[in-house]
Amino acid sequence: MAILTEEQTMLRDMAREWADNESPVTAFRKMRDAAPAEMFDAEAWKAQAEMGWAGILVPEAQGGVEMGFVSLGAVLEQLGRTLTATPLAATSAATAAIVLGGSEAQKAAWLPRIASGEVVATLAVDEGPRFAPDRISASVSGGKLSGTKEFVTEGDSAGLFVVAAADGLYLVAGDDAGVSRSARYLADSRSHAQVVFDGAAAEKLADGGADLLIKVTDRAAAATCAEMLGMAEAAFAQTNDYLKTRVQFGQVLASFQALQHRMAKMFTELELMRSAVEGAFEAIDANRPDVPQSVSLAKAIAGDTLNLVSREMVQLHGGIGMTDEHDAGFYLKRARVLETMWGNASWHRERFARLGGY
Amino acid sequence: MATAPEIDAPADPLEAFRSEAREWLAANFDPDLRGKDNSMSAVEGPNDDTPEQAAWKNAIGAKGWSVPTWPKEYGGGGLSRAEARVLQEEMAKVGAWNPMGGSMGVMMFGPTLLEYGTEEQKQEHIPPIVRGELRWCQGYSEPGAGSDLASLQCFAEDHGDHYVVNGQKTWTSGGQWADKCFMLVRTDKSKKHEGITFLLCDMTSPGVEVKPIQLISGSSPFCETFFTDVKVPKGNRVGAEGQGWTIGKRLLQHERNSLGGGGSSASRLFAGAPLSALAKKYVGVDAEGRIADGELRSKIIKHEMDMRAFALTLRRVQLDAKSNSGPSAATSIMKNVGARIMQERSELLIEIRGMAGLGWEGEGFDEDALKDTRHWLFGKAVSIYGGSSEIQNNVIAKRILGMLDHQ
Ligand SMILES: Cc1cc2nc3c(=O)[nH]c(=O)nc-3n(C[C@H](O)[C@H](O)[C@H](O)COP(=O)(O)OP(=O)(O)OC[C@H]3O[C@@H](n4cnc5c(N)ncnc54)[C@H](O)[C@@H]3O)c2cc1C
Repeated sequence: MAILTEEQTMLRDMAREWADNESPVTAFRKMRDAAPAEMFDAEAWKAQAEMGWAGILVPEAQGGVEMGFVSLGAVLEQLGRTLTATPLAATSAATAAIVLGGSEAQKAAWLPRIASGEVVATLAVDEGPRFAPDRISASVSGGKLSGTKEFVTEGDSAGLFVVAAADGLYLVAGDDAGVSRSARYLADSRSHAQVVFDGAAAEKLADGGADLLIKVTDRAAAATCAEMLGMAEAAFAQTNDYLKTRVQFGQVLASFQALQHRMAKMFTELELMRSAVEGAFEAIDANRPDVPQSVSLAKAIAGDTLNLVSREMVQLHGGIGMTDEHDAGFYLKRARVLETMWGNASWHRERFARLGGY
Repeated sequence: MATAPEIDAPADPLEAFRSEAREWLAANFDPDLRGKDNSMSAVEGPNDDTPEQAAWKNAIGAKGWSVPTWPKEYGGGGLSRAEARVLQEEMAKVGAWNPMGGSMGVMMFGPTLLEYGTEEQKQEHIPPIVRGELRWCQGYSEPGAGSDLASLQCFAEDHGDHYVVNGQKTWTSGGQWADKCFMLVRTDKSKKHEGITFLLCDMTSPGVEVKPIQLISGSSPFCETFFTDVKVPKGNRVGAEGQGWTIGKRLLQHERNSLGGGGSSASRLFAGAPLSALAKKYVGVDAEGRIADGELRSKIIKHEMDMRAFALTLRRVQLDAKSNSGPSAATSIMKNVGARIMQERSELLIEIRGMAGLGWEGEGFDEDALKDTRHWLFGKAVSIYGGSSEIQNNVIAKRILGMLDHQ
């Protein structure tokens, strides 16, 4: 566990309590079955904004609390545990882009509306099904952006897009006439959309420097890792509890050494995952030069660990784990989507190697 | 090599059979049906056959080649193992598939009944299985009896010429589409294994009720099945009262054998485009024309090599098996390896396609990708049903390696 300030500890505990009481997995199931157009729980999002979470990365001058990534991570982790469906992670990634690269006018125009929860914001980077920040062909001429972005998280409802074009990041308002969206239904029942920008009015984020895109996608990856950490933790805990109650051969499953050792291995991996993920948040908050390495370490380990734990959750629950009525499938499906988002384990190991001169 | 026995050298009678098979296929298999089988039909229920599919099903059923090695007297093909292999090769050449291959009747119940059934039972039940006229389901698992199957509680009470069955089964695959059920019931509460009896129950009997359960893959291939005062004639008992555990275990061996790749359902799940071509399409190639992502490339290579080793092992096991000895101890090994490889393949398909490999429904995905998402999820069951991987490992440790029970 990272050393949290008193304020951060309070925030984390509050998020945990809220997720357990107000947003258990049954809430996600309800959202999935109702399938609203925005594909998230609007009430939960409102409540989160009221608690100030949408403004965690937003400077105080623009109505936020500016608590940084360790705090954001602590909250997203709690939401991951119960699979809470809200656009907090996507919005935070877009917020980071504006904070890092926006002009004062751009900050003033968007950040207060983000902090209040009025605007859902998101990043639109990829133009294919795999993470490829080096393959951007969307382009801007005369202030008009054109290009197609695939699998944009919360793309169904976003009021603001931070779009990667060949020459930098741009802000595009969701209600611009040049923006059209088509829902893409993935296994995780969350919002992903294809967004077509056809001459949409675009304003460049001018202050961020040449590596702004990388800085921003690293922050998006870190936010994803937080959710993955919470999911892995919850999937593990539920499996552990189940093994202690299910009786076969006259004994609880937890008494079989073959299963004990598997749980022990997962527990060990989870400890490594937590250190790697929290390490990335700390690097970001300290603005250290090794943010890219730290994020790649976190995302690679998070991907592998959550993959393992989500597979084992289904396997160790037996037939029950295969049913839609049980929650195991939700963790399995969401896990693969988050694993794929912002670079999978292979992608990040490859980058880690490159950065280290291997 | 010159002095080695030429196991694979074609003997003349086999070549004669090869031409017979070839001619018959040319006359009966419509090449337009190539690749038109539904590999999930065994679990997703009957889909409406087109007239061409129905004609093919009738033809192969009448010939008995849906079960080539079963005896002719019950409608089977009466072929030797060598002939059956030739038939399989010839079918593969023209892309022909076996419409009955994945059914529980063919994979599990038929072989067991041939071994333990009375003459009357075989005459009654085997021919409809061969022709694919009746669907069977497996009434084994109960809410409290999964891996520990012998703790089952569903009870059959002796009423002279019939039994009266009360209890619940669960995870009954295809229960909602099945005509008949082979089931394990308890006839004696005082003994664990020796109190179990093997019965055949008509699913249309009064008192049988099925409730479909939805799976994480979105389909509803299995059911909770409830039995309330269901009458089962004594003539529907296979083997003696109390002998059900022996027969039931034998059937499980057949099930595991077919799941491990010995049967056609597993080999069909392995079919599909080579992963390397798909990876090149989605990931691109480097300057030397190799898959651009080095780690993905090694994963794919490892998988392809595992698959080859698996296929070679399958062949070795088949050659080793003395004719008619049925599934052997290798069954558990093959089931576990088969399950692992199948699941790794599905995970790789997702990794290769990225977000496009996780499509659920609607626009923006190609049909193969959508199918592969569902297969990925359904495939998680392969290491659970038919005796989970953990249970197979216990079998290997105890029965093959002579290791001891937890004291
Ligand atoms: C898709 C699907 C189709 C099925 N079709 C049928 C069907 O048609 N008919 C039918 O009767 N049943 C069917 N089953 C049921 C299946 O056979 C059982 O799910 C299986 O036997 C496991 O039992 P369980 O689900 O109760 O899991 P449990 O027995 O509760 O096992 C839970 C976990 O604990 C592990 N475990 C249990 N005991 C031990 C041990 N001693 N040592 C180590 N690990 C152990 C298991 O391997 C598993 O990982 C089906 C199941 C699925 C998923």
